[in-house]
This record gives sequence, C-alpha cells and structure tokens, in this order.
Amino acid sequence: MIVGKQKPIEETWAMVKDFSRVLVFGCNTCVAVCHEGGNKEAQILASLMRMKATQEGLSLEIRDSGIERQCEHEFFESAEKDIEWADAVLSLACGVGVQFMVKRYPEILVYPGLDTCFLGDVEKNGLFTESCQACGKCVLAETAGICPVSRCAKRVLNGPCGGSNKGACEINKDLPCAWQLIVDRLEALGRLADYERLAPIKDWSTERAGGPRKLIHEEFMK
Amino acid sequence: MSVKTPSKLEKILAAGHQAVTSECGPPRGSDPEVIREKARLIRDHVDVVNITDNQTSVTRMCSLASCFHLKQMGVEPVLQMVTRDRNRIALQGDILGAASMDIHNILCLSGDHQSFGDCATGQNVHDLDSMQLIQTVRLMRDEGKFLGGGDISRPPEMFVGAAANPFAQPHKIRVPRLAKKIAAGVEFIQTQCIYNLDRFEEWLAEARDRGLTEKVYILAGVTPLKSVGMAKYMKNRVPGMDVPDEVVARMAGVPKEKQAEEGVTICVETIQRLKEVPGVAGFHVMAIEWEEKVPEIVERAGLYPRPAMP
Repeated sequence: MIVGKQKPIEETWAMVKDFSRVLVFGCNTCVAVCHEGGNKEAQILASLMRMKATQEGLSLEIRDSGIERQCEHEFFESAEKDIEWADAVLSLACGVGVQFMVKRYPEILVYPGLDTCFLGDVEKNGLFTESCQACGKCVLAETAGICPVSRCAKRVLNGPCGGSNKGACEINKDLPCAWQLIVDRLEALGRLADYERLAPIKDWSTERAGGPRKLIHEEFMK
Repeated sequence: MSVKTPSKLEKILAAGHQAVTSECGPPRGSDPEVIREKARLIRDHVDVVNITDNQTSVTRMCSLASCFHLKQMGVEPVLQMVTRDRNRIALQGDILGAASMDIHNILCLSGDHQSFGDCATGQNVHDLDSMQLIQTVRLMRDEGKFLGGGDISRPPEMFVGAAANPFAQPHKIRVPRLAKKIAAGVEFIQTQCIYNLDRFEEWLAEARDRGLTEKVYILAGVTPLKSVGMAKYMKNRVPGMDVPDEVVARMAGVPKEKQAEEGVTICVETIQRLKEVPGVAGFHVMAIEWEEKVPEIVERAGLYPRPAMP
C-alpha cells in the first residue's frame, strides 16, 4: 500500500485559510490504513481547522468528506456535491489521488494534505515499513525475496556494502541491513552458495529514470 | 599473474615485492599545494598514493584533479571512485578523463552514505554498485567497449582495485564476497584497517584455501592510532571496524604524551607480523591526517627502500 504522513497543520492551513469554502477530503484506502488520510482523519483535521478559523477570526467554512479511493473515477459520485460546493479541496490522498482530482476537476483548486512517503507494509500495528520502490523490474527472485532496491540505503545489488554493521545499516542502527537479511535467509534456506552469483548491471529505464510510466490494457479501454 | 597495464603498482606486485601504498585526502578548497605537500611527505616511502573521493561524503576537491596534481609531480596515483555521486555516464567519462592523464590505477568503491557528510539532504546515485564498477572498468580496458556497446578509442589502461573488510559481520560471507569481487574482475584489494590480527589471518587463510590469493593481490590495511581516544572512537563509532580490547588497553596503558608513539609501534608490529603471512601482497598505510608518520612506519617495518621500477 501507499504510506503517507499528514503535513504539519501550519503548512496546510496556510494553503487554505484565505478561501471561503474548504473541503477536507479523505481517501479511505491506503492512507486510512496508516491513520493519516482516511475519512476519519479528514473529520479530525477539519475540526482542528474550524478551531483555527475561530481563533484567527476568519469566516471561512470548512467541511469534511471522503471516498474510498481518490485515484478512480467510480468512487467520486457520492461526494460530487461536496466537491462542487468547495472553492478549495484539501485532499488527504497520496500524490496520486491529489493529481487525479486535479485532472477530474480542473476548475477546483486541490491542495495536498499529506506528504506521500513510500510503498510499504504494516509490519505490525502502528509500524509501516518501506518494501518496494516500483523499479519496474523485480529482482526478488535473485535476492531471497528481500528487496535491496527499496531496503538498502545505497540500493546495492551486490551487497552488503562496507557500512553494514552487526546486522544494521550504517545510516541508522535501528534499520536492518537488507543484505544481512538476504544472507541470513539464503543460509536458512540452504542456498548460501547463491550469494556468489553476481547481479548484473540493472536496467533502470523501467524505474523513475525512464520517465513517467504507463500500463495499458486495450481490451478494457473501450 | 601477468602484467596487463603500465601500472607501477601492478609491476611491483607482479615482480613479487610486497607493495606499499598510502592515501591522501584532498582539501576542502582549491589549493593544489595541500595535496602536493601531503604527497611530498610520503613519496619516497610508498609506491603509489590513493586519492580519496569525497570521503565520508564531505565535499572536497575531486579525486581526479588531485590525482592529476600527483601525476604532475611524478607520484603515481590510485584514483578512488565511488558510485554514490555519479551515474554510469559520468563514471565512464571520468574513467576516460583519468586515462587521458595516464592514470593507471583505480579503486572501485560504493562510498559512505551521504547522510554522514555536509550534504545530507542530497540525492545519491548508485546506478552501479562497486562490483559493477569493477566490471565496467574491466570491460572498458579489456574489450575497449563502453557499457552501451560502443567502441572506445584508446581504452583506459588501469589496474583495478577494490576494498575488502574482513571484520564486518556477517563473517561467513567475507571470503565469498572477495570471491565475488574477483569474479567481477578485481586485481588488487586494499583491506579495512587491521587491529584484530587473528581475525585477519583467519580470513586470509580461508581465502588461501579457496585459491583466491593466487587470483588477487591483497594489501593489508593499517592505520596508526594517535591516542586512546581514537582507538575507542574506531572501536565504537566506525562501522565495520574491529579494535580488540587489548589494543585499547595497550594505548590506555601509556601516558598521554607517549600514546602516539605507541600507536606507531603497534602499526609497525602489525606490519612485521603480517609480512610473514602467505597471501599478504603488501600494505596500505592509511595515516589519517598524519601523513608525516608514514616514512617512519615504513622504515621501522623494514619496507624501505622501495623497489625502483621503470
């Protein structure tokens, strides 16, 4: 899933405070799981902003609403009226949702309420961990199912680097070295000999480096 | 191992001498005299001099230009190159730039993470990793080809090195990792600073058993300790460094004003012991901002004079 983090309220407040009708708009899938951008968080942020408006003596009206996903047309119907009412929308979706709204509602100003952080999992309650960078050419088959592209600070494909220290990354002792995890898992699987296979130079053109990406299924486009 | 490049380091090693290398860090400024002065302190006592590449991710004069200053004064440089700051276009371009100055040695590294340096908010590149950089230099040199497949006119002639850390965990992959670098095409290795000699010898014995010391020249890395404070810092703060308690205790056991001398003596004793270990092809003496001690260490260790090479 996509993990995001709410921007500091000072930052989002500065975006919206000069409008008269502001909609704080939740996205109730990925960013709801990480408790940052769901419909419930939209409700709370809207209340905080109403308090700020009162404190600052501003007369803007702030409502909240939300849908299941801001990245697909089919979910928008239930919120159409709220969106049309607003002269600015503070979207609590990831960057994908914010831009989808910009495309869908070219007349309305849409602002980002979150910083989109990473693609990750729910390691345990309250802990979300990056585990994919969508490089477009998965290497997990060669790395014992642990991704060095997203989980190594230097994305080295033939690690560990010299900074791996007692199982931790050189940049933070609480961050496991991805290559330590790979080696441990290879050993547990009885495949440590695979460690000596050299990973070839990676084709990064399927990643960000190759420009914005698209997936097309013509059979579904009619 | 037959000689493949005009590298003086390669010739010395191929002739069966134990080589002595050292390194200089470029200045945080553009005065070439800083690098020349460091080189003057050590030039008669070492065979070649590494120039670090923005070490610890602190911005400095670039390795390539610093190597050029050494070259101009007749000191043979080893160009250190990290994959942190350049993509494959820039790496290959800089390799050609170095080759145009007849720089004949390169050390391929990944580089410290940028968060340690003065540009912690910067991007890192790591388009290639250190092993892939080794492969790249070998491709350029041996096949005369770019990674993109095109031909290189006047290919680089570089003796290709890399680092190895016998001390980092997990120990079980330290020799396999060396084997992997050899498979990538590395020809010489400079190791992490050695304070735990037993562990180093264990690693080297394992490498010997696999026949790896016949395939690569291993230069044992040594760094003289200046003080007990430095010993503790290296032990506790520098990732992948193994400073045994006995070494710290030995430094602590002499008065403060004698500690630097003790550190030099430990360094000399380390070299003297390792000189006799089969598979040690030479020494990389890293006297960090203490270059003036290199001549004394080399002389006391019995590695002076250095062999003359054409």
